[in-house]
Amino acid sequence: MEILVCARRVPDTSENEIELNTAANDIERDDLVYSVNEPDNYAVEEALQIRDRVGGNVTVVTIGSDDDEEILRRELAMGANQAALISDDAFAGSDGKGIATILKSFVQKGHYDLILTGVQADDGAAQVGGMLAAMLDYPFASLVNSITVDGAKLKVSREIEGGNREINEIDLPCVLSIQTGINEPRYVGMRGIRQVASTPIPTLGVSDLGIDHAAVGQAAAKVKRIDYFVPAASKGAEMLHGSREANADRVLELVAAKGGLK
Amino acid sequence: MVGIFSPSLSTDWLVPGRNLFLTIHVLGVACFIYIVAQRLVPLLRAESDPRFDHPLTRLRNVLKFWLGQWKHPRYKFAGTLHILIFTGFILLATRAFTVLIVGVSPNFVMPGLSGRTGPIYDIITDYAATVVFLCMVVAIVRRLVFKPARYAVPAKYGKSHTADAVFLLGLIAVLMLADSLFAASNAAGHALQGESVEALAVLSLPWMLKMAIDSMPLAMLWGINVGAYLLHAIAFYFLLCYRPFGIQFHVETSLFSVYFAKLERGTLKPVRWGVPDERLDQVKSFGVKKFEDFTWKHMLDFYSCADCGRCADNCPANAAGRPLAPRFLTIKTRDYAFKHYPVLGRPKEGEPLIGSIYSEDEIWSCTTCGACEEECPLLVEYIDKIVDLRRGMIDDGNVPQSLQKPLKALESRGNPYGKMEKKKADWAKAAEFQQTCSVKILERTNGSDKGADALYFVDSITSYDDRMQSIARSTSRILTHIGENFGILGAAEKDSGHEVRRFGEEMLFMALRDHNTEAIKESGVERIVTADPHAYNALKHDYKDVPPVEHISQVIAREVKAGNIQFDAVQNKSNVYTYHDPCYLGRHNQVYDDPRNVLDAIPGLKRVEMKRSRDRSFCCGGGGLMLFYEPKEEQRMGVLRVRMAAEAGANVIVTACPFCMVNIEDAIKVAGLEGKMSAIDLTELVDQCIARESIPEKQETVMVGG
Repeated sequence: MEILVCARRVPDTSENEIELNTAANDIERDDLVYSVNEPDNYAVEEALQIRDRVGGNVTVVTIGSDDDEEILRRELAMGANQAALISDDAFAGSDGKGIATILKSFVQKGHYDLILTGVQADDGAAQVGGMLAAMLDYPFASLVNSITVDGAKLKVSREIEGGNREINEIDLPCVLSIQTGINEPRYVGMRGIRQVASTPIPTLGVSDLGIDHAAVGQAAAKVKRIDYFVPAASKGAEMLHGSREANADRVLELVAAKGGLK
Repeated sequence: MVGIFSPSLSTDWLVPGRNLFLTIHVLGVACFIYIVAQRLVPLLRAESDPRFDHPLTRLRNVLKFWLGQWKHPRYKFAGTLHILIFTGFILLATRAFTVLIVGVSPNFVMPGLSGRTGPIYDIITDYAATVVFLCMVVAIVRRLVFKPARYAVPAKYGKSHTADAVFLLGLIAVLMLADSLFAASNAAGHALQGESVEALAVLSLPWMLKMAIDSMPLAMLWGINVGAYLLHAIAFYFLLCYRPFGIQFHVETSLFSVYFAKLERGTLKPVRWGVPDERLDQVKSFGVKKFEDFTWKHMLDFYSCADCGRCADNCPANAAGRPLAPRFLTIKTRDYAFKHYPVLGRPKEGEPLIGSIYSEDEIWSCTTCGACEEECPLLVEYIDKIVDLRRGMIDDGNVPQSLQKPLKALESRGNPYGKMEKKKADWAKAAEFQQTCSVKILERTNGSDKGADALYFVDSITSYDDRMQSIARSTSRILTHIGENFGILGAAEKDSGHEVRRFGEEMLFMALRDHNTEAIKESGVERIVTADPHAYNALKHDYKDVPPVEHISQVIAREVKAGNIQFDAVQNKSNVYTYHDPCYLGRHNQVYDDPRNVLDAIPGLKRVEMKRSRDRSFCCGGGGLMLFYEPKEEQRMGVLRVRMAAEAGANVIVTACPFCMVNIEDAIKVAGLEGKMSAIDLTELVDQCIARESIPEKQETVMVGG
């Protein structure tokens, strides 16, 4: 099975203190450390596991700049067969539809049976997977938390509010957005990354993909960020002052009252 | 012992005795050589391990740990029993060989035992055989009736080993009995024929047996004599050839295991011996994944384990119900070796070790506290094996999710918490603290105009953890008090990588080490001080080419002794203190007395020892990455430790390690002892009690590197 995983590099929320920049239109990006978007990493692991079960290849693609190559190296070290970096100044400022348009062009240049995205980027809007599927006229399943290959079809499941699970059958080729927890991604250390340091990663631009300039980039974006702020902390926290046992009982009561326990 | 009466003259079974016995000897020895050769096959396929250096040190180890049985008295009863048996065996070795040779050459006398020494040796060995025989009886009774808990085999580790143990003990008893009966029948026969009778030791087994058979006719004595000889020969060779199949192989291998034992504490073996760091990239596979990835010495360890259970008895992971017992790690691997390298037949292709004989959790469960190695009478190594197995898992990407985040953060931020580098020195910037103590942040000096004489290496947890920052501030105040010109690296200091290395992530460790080494060198300091035993051990053993390092407890102890630190009386005189030895300060670095001496120098401080202290200290739960790992366990090690402190009658646990502090403070809460028990770091206590006014400003401090 030929599998494509669309991945993104994002500021790692667990290793950064995210603050607004002085212009208040973005976060302060100095001193940030980045990593592969967590759900995307689960998508790569899932792709590798499917490949190891039924054979085929896993390709990882990202849209960004030269800096974003680092996540592709990491995914190659995990075991992806190849990677591609889509990078062009013309792509800057693309909205979700623009990103989906770029990915569509990339997909059409290859032959992929299965396209995986993470369910959502840490700083994203969970929109690209669905749009990409629609543009390709492929079926789409979102929030996928298990995949079983069944000939030319897949059985995919998702969790429904309340913890129930739903299983759907979906025809290949298709696009799936992958939920975290679908697997346990393998660890990639420095040694693994070093071993793929010389693996070539092609960089593709507008002309390589045959994209219409007018369809991507800032000018084509119809969704534009107009503000960015940190909401004021609201009151409403209830502090418990009591013995440990009493506090524990009270917490149980509160959680049960809010429907957290059945 | 030898007269006309000799089994070699027997014509029983229509073969001259000599031929029969010669055949037994040749067969027995050939079998043994063949079996041992087969046992050596995997060792020849194993990874290399340079253990041929320092012959004198190794010889000293043999004299101390093998011949001197140094570790045995740590278990008084079993240890004494073993020392008696071991001594008996050593004494009886010559006698056993003499008896065997006599069967072929009746007039043989061992060189050196002719003349007057012979009878003395005979008397000694009569008693030795008797003592060994009695020890076997006691050991069998102990195994069958008293059943010490540490010999039990939990169901998950297979069947009970009692039957095999008793069988082997019984065989030795038979050997002693046969030997004694042979001597007794010799003496009785000679007496009956009016010849000179060798003296048997009074009240020894041969002496008593002689009493029993004295009145028998010559023919019967003759029969007993030949029978005893045959029994002795068969038991001897059966034991010889059976031992390499089980726990008694240590009779043969222990000498080599002890000689080739690891010499340096606190160190770890490299990924591959003989491969320098810069060529590690060319090594195809890291760590131990299959059996043959172990080094030959580690394989020898598997053969040498005597199944005494002392390691598991002392293992905190085992005590807490984690899925790890060092004893079974070895036993399982030995069984694997025997199965895949059979005595008859070709070696079999083996499956990967993780997932077959070891579980992942088993290998992650170890805190590398070293209690098992400290206890093992045969100096079997565990930490290097565990770390090698972890290296293999890391290499395969097989790492629990709970550890992946901190490892990733260590890679990108240089600390497991993912905190910003620029906040590393924030602990020193607290306004209240800065009024009493100012801490320099050392910049690069390029060799000239160094900023400080000493570097205080803080390490991640003490820099970033709100609670542990108090240790950093106390340490700084103490260093200031003794007039030390010191500084910290601040943002340039990354995690020491001590646990990174012990969790098997060698490349990440090397990156951290190289970064810190450069930063330390650029700071131009002459010595390093740290309050974190893990950082201490890393800087001392894992780093190369850095200035000498001391733990703060060593510095304080020296300054107290020199009179540069004096203490006011302890504030709460009703407190009872106990000192908890951090593994990487105590066992791995032998710093036991300095912290205790410091405590004892504080007027009015009442200190008690826990039952498990010093080299038998019980791990708090582990440091570094172990704080992130979610072990499968029945209870926390820390809770067990806190209860030990309560049992000792203490209500304050003093420790000298930030990780011990985390674990013990948590454990106090979990054990429900909040308000009744508390924990304090040695530096905090010293900082509280130091008499500040009484000492004039010191002009100069001389420190000796550790």
